[in-house]
Parts: sequence; structure tokens; C-alpha cells
Amino acid sequence: MTEPTTKQESGLALTLPRPQLAKAPTGIQGLDEITGGGLPKGRPTLVCGSAGCGKTLLAMEFLVRGALEFDEPGVFMAFEETAKDLTQNVASLGFDLDGLIANNKLVLDFVYIERSEIEETGEYDLEGLFIRLGQSIDSIGAKRVVLDTIESLFAGLPNPLILRAELRRLFRWLKEKGVTAVITGERGEETLTRQGLEEYVSDCVIVLDHRVSDQSSSRRLRVVKYRGSTHGTNEYPFLIDEDGISVLPVTSLGLQHDVTTNRIPTGIARLDAMLGGKGFFRGSSVLVSGTAGTGKSSISAHFVDAACRRGERALYFAFEESPSQIIRNMRSIGIDLEQWVDSGMLRFQATRPAFAGLEMQLTMIHKATVNFNPQVVVVDPLNGFIIGSNVTEVKSMLTRLADFLKTRKISSMFTQLISSGVTQGADDMAVSSMIDSWLLLRDIEIGGERNRGLYIIKSRGMAHSNQVRECLLTDRGVELCEVYVGAGGVLTGSARLAQEAQELALKLTRKQEIERRQVELESKRRALDAQITALRAEFDVREAEAMKIIEQEQAQATQLVQERVEMGVSRSADL
Amino acid sequence: MKTKLTPLAETYLLRLYVAGQTPKCMTAFVNLKKICEEHLAGKYQIEVVDLLENPTLASGDQILAIPTLVRRLPEPVRKIIGDLSNTERVLIGLDLKRKG
Repeated sequence: MTEPTTKQESGLALTLPRPQLAKAPTGIQGLDEITGGGLPKGRPTLVCGSAGCGKTLLAMEFLVRGALEFDEPGVFMAFEETAKDLTQNVASLGFDLDGLIANNKLVLDFVYIERSEIEETGEYDLEGLFIRLGQSIDSIGAKRVVLDTIESLFAGLPNPLILRAELRRLFRWLKEKGVTAVITGERGEETLTRQGLEEYVSDCVIVLDHRVSDQSSSRRLRVVKYRGSTHGTNEYPFLIDEDGISVLPVTSLGLQHDVTTNRIPTGIARLDAMLGGKGFFRGSSVLVSGTAGTGKSSISAHFVDAACRRGERALYFAFEESPSQIIRNMRSIGIDLEQWVDSGMLRFQATRPAFAGLEMQLTMIHKATVNFNPQVVVVDPLNGFIIGSNVTEVKSMLTRLADFLKTRKISSMFTQLISSGVTQGADDMAVSSMIDSWLLLRDIEIGGERNRGLYIIKSRGMAHSNQVRECLLTDRGVELCEVYVGAGGVLTGSARLAQEAQELALKLTRKQEIERRQVELESKRRALDAQITALRAEFDVREAEAMKIIEQEQAQATQLVQERVEMGVSRSADL
Repeated sequence: MKTKLTPLAETYLLRLYVAGQTPKCMTAFVNLKKICEEHLAGKYQIEVVDLLENPTLASGDQILAIPTLVRRLPEPVRKIIGDLSNTERVLIGLDLKRKG
């Protein structure tokens, strides 16, 4: 019996969380990550910022998401906008306030104050407001409350001394009620809010900012203070679009991303060969830089096309051309991107870089990437981001982008336009450090024509060719061929073709010479053979004659012996 | 409109919003009673609303401050906040005395 108890105890000890502040998740994308789980539960939070920076929307989204996702009904007390205006304003974000109100998930209470209609005649308090709010909270069992913007009271009611005391009482009362409250406040001259609300609401303060630099605006959010909890302290860009607010905790997340040894082809066979025969690493970042018209987009198109052929999704951020223009242009070199768009494998996201600030661009890229969940991302080109002298910002943004893509194991290709005067290495964006593979496309001007040369400047973690290749744009896509390197220097294009023709001719001549010599040798051998045959014939004749003579001589000798024997017989000699 | 000129229209319909019997609310009621008797004898009607008993009534007249006196008639509706100790301002608020 004791054993299960111990087990239970140890299990409890393991699951017991570190004592931490209870938090009410906002449901707003990214904000919960920055605040480590949401706003302080049961306490008031101050959201301040200048006009039009999204305070009301943030507060409203906090309530709506609370009601929909976390089953925490909410009360919205508006001091500036009527319930009807509010409902209409947030309907475009897909928030159905009327529906929520009908389901007792939300109470919208518009507090109307008109200074000219009010005469102050002595001491007063805000018990009316308390009763009203309390009634709304109790009617639906609200867990969340928004007061937007409570500072309007200062404009509407006389005697700020009483108001301050009453506000202090209000925030205390809200805490006692145990509701998570969001109080919005207009940004003041030197203080966070005009009336110094930060003195009263001190648990959590969030500042929203909307600033314009170089004519493009960006929204930012910063958690200035969060009592009893750690939080991200940076300024985070945020976006207001058709889905509400999304905050991007995009920072350099450290270098913790896992890597794979998987390789993905570039879509150009010869380029794969240059990269150790297999292409780029999956999840690596590739930079294609080059002067104008050297085929950067074409290489990107190959990369995208190859990814789609493998059945992967690709996301193409175009900052210079419209999707249809890219599709048309790539068709001319034999790459049909339209089929991938139609089948949903490829998505184009085309905007002018000047459309929004850097942070917003990053935010949009981030959001689109999260939504589409691609395996391959192309950003074409990076230069669009550089407006004026914001190179440092661009660099930090790109680092964050590259890090973000890497952590999601997305292979990325960036193109970069460089001016023809710039030599390799002295690159203006200093992006090299965050790039794994770097291809450089350069103009090579020889013999009155311009040709494209492709170099691999670096490619981390793989053997790669150190050779310059000539990059040809044919109707079958990008083709790489070897440049002529010889006594005449590096030759490309027509000069290379001429040189090749010349070499061919030379080769032919040599071949003919060899053939001629071979024929000559043959005939010599044949002549020699003939001579040998003639000599042999002569010898044969002589030999035959000699044999004949020898035979005759022998015959004569035999005859002589015979004759002697016969003579002896005839002389009857006794032998 | 003609009806406005009839004596009936001159009846002051006053509503005093309070929250329980706090000293401020009691003072306001006493002050109101006194002012009405002095300036509106016979042509006023006072209705006291205790928001602690009827909290839902607070939003109807846009009540924030307590005590609040609402002049419902004659129109336009006027609001007077505070304990009504400043008689001068109460009279201005009720349009019984011009400003200045």
C-alpha cells in the first residue's frame, strides 16, 4: 500500500510547477510568448501609447479571445467610442461582438460623459461607475475587464483630486474582484500616460508605439514592466491585419537550431555538381548576389521549381516584380511556375518594400511563413529593404529572418543586387556571416560583349568547386558551362566559341597530319615488302639453279663410279 | 412647441441617484430638499434612486458620480454632481440662475 503513495508523491513533486504568477493568456499571437504566458491574472495591466497605435484593438482582442478561447467572459467599458462604433470597427477583424453579447460572453458598456452637461456642486465619488461595472461583471460572471480609455474621466469630470483618489480605489477594487483588467491610456508628454496612470497600475505596463521612419511606419510593442515575472524586454514589431494583432517575438534566438545533412538539389544539374554533386543543405541559407540581369531570379526560379517537383511547398517573396511578371519571364527560359501556383505548391507574396517598414516586412514574412509552412523560401531581392542608410537595421532584420527560417528547417534563397563596381567580399550588407552558401554572378566583358560568370564564394560544410562557370540562359533554363581558360586569358561567350572553333580546327589539322604520316609509313612498308619479295624470288631462282648444278654434279659422280664398275667387270678384274 | 409653454411643462422632475445612505448622499438629499423648497415650491418632484438596490439603472442616465442629480424635466436633461452644498452652482445647474 505504501508503494503507490510514494509513486504518487514523487509524481506530484515532478509535476509541481515552480511557484509562478498566475497568468491570463491573451490569445494574441506572440504576446503570450513575450510575457511568458499572458497578463497577470486578477490584476490590472496598463496598455498605453499614442493615438492610433492599436490600444483599443489590443484590449478588445484580449476580451474576444478570452471569451472564445479561454472561456473567460469580459466587460468592455468604453469611454470614447459607442458600442455601435466599436462593434463595427472590430467586425472587419472577424470579431462578432453582437454574437458574443447575445451569448452572454461579453458586455459592452459605453460611458458617456459630456463636461458641458455636468455641474459640480460639491463632493462626489465614482460609486456610480463602480456599481455599473460591478453589475456588468456580475451579470455574465466576467473574468476580464477593459477600461478604454479611463483618462477620459479627467476631461469629463471636474476636480482631478477626487478622480485620482477614486481611480486608486477603482484599481484596488478590481484586484479584489479578481478580474484581469486592461486599462488603456494615452501617451503623455513625459510620462507614459497623460494622467500618470502608471502610478496606480503598477503590475504590468505595456507600451505600444507607432513610428514612421523614412516614410514607412512600423508598430512596436514593449513590455516595460511586469511585476513578479520575467518577460521579453525588447521592442517587438506587431502587425494589425485581418486576423487581429500579431506580435513577433523575432529576435536572434541564439544558435541552437538543429541541422541536417540532407541535401537538396538546386534545380541546375551542373550547379549541383559544383556543390559536391548534391546541392545545398536542407535548412541552409543561400545568397545569390549579382549585378543587374545576371540571372539571379532565374536561379531562384530553378530552386523553387525543383522544390515543387519534389513535392515541397515554396514561398516566393517578390519585392520587385509581380507574380504574373515572374511567371511570364520564367516561362521564356522554360520554367513553368504557373502549374505549381495552380496546384498550391507555390505561393507568391509580392509587395513593394516601401509598402511598410522593415519590421513590418519581417512580420509579414514571418506570418506568411507560419501560415503557409513552406520547405523553401525565396526572397527576391534583399535590396528593396535598403531605403536610405538603414543598413544596420537591414542586417539585424536579415539575421533574424535567417535564424527564424533555420529554426523551422526552411531552406532559404536570398537574391541581392550588387553594383558592378563592387568586388566580391566588400559587400555592402555584410550578410556573409549569416549565409551558408554564397553564389556570385558577375559580368565578364570580353570582345565587346557581356557574359555571365558564376562563382561559388563559399558553401559551408561541403566540398565545392573553385571554378568559374559561364552561366547561360537558354530556353531550357540556366545552363552552366566551363569557361575557356588558357593562354588567351579567361574567355566567355563568342570569344569562347571562337577559341573553341580555333582549337577544333587545330586539332583537325593535327589529325590529318598524323593520318598522312601513317599513310606514308604504310606505303614505305609496302615498298620494303615488295623489295623483300623480289630479293627472295631472285634468291629462289639462284637456289634452284644451284640445286640443279649440285644434282648434275652428283649424277656425274655416280655415273663415274658406275662406269668404273662396269669397266672393271668388263676387264674381269677381281674385286 | 406649444405644450412647453403650459404650466405643466414647468414642473421640475428631478431624480437623485445615491448609493446607500452615505453621509454625502444624505447631505445631498437635505440640500436638494432645501433648495427646491426655496426656489421651486410646489412645482417639483423628487425621485431618489438607490443604485445599491437597482444597479441596472446606472447606465440609463449614464451615472458615474455619486451623488448625481438629474433634471429630467424641463428639457434639456441636466446633470449636477456632488453633494449639492454649493447652492449657487446648483441653481445654475438647474437653470434657475444665469451664470455670471
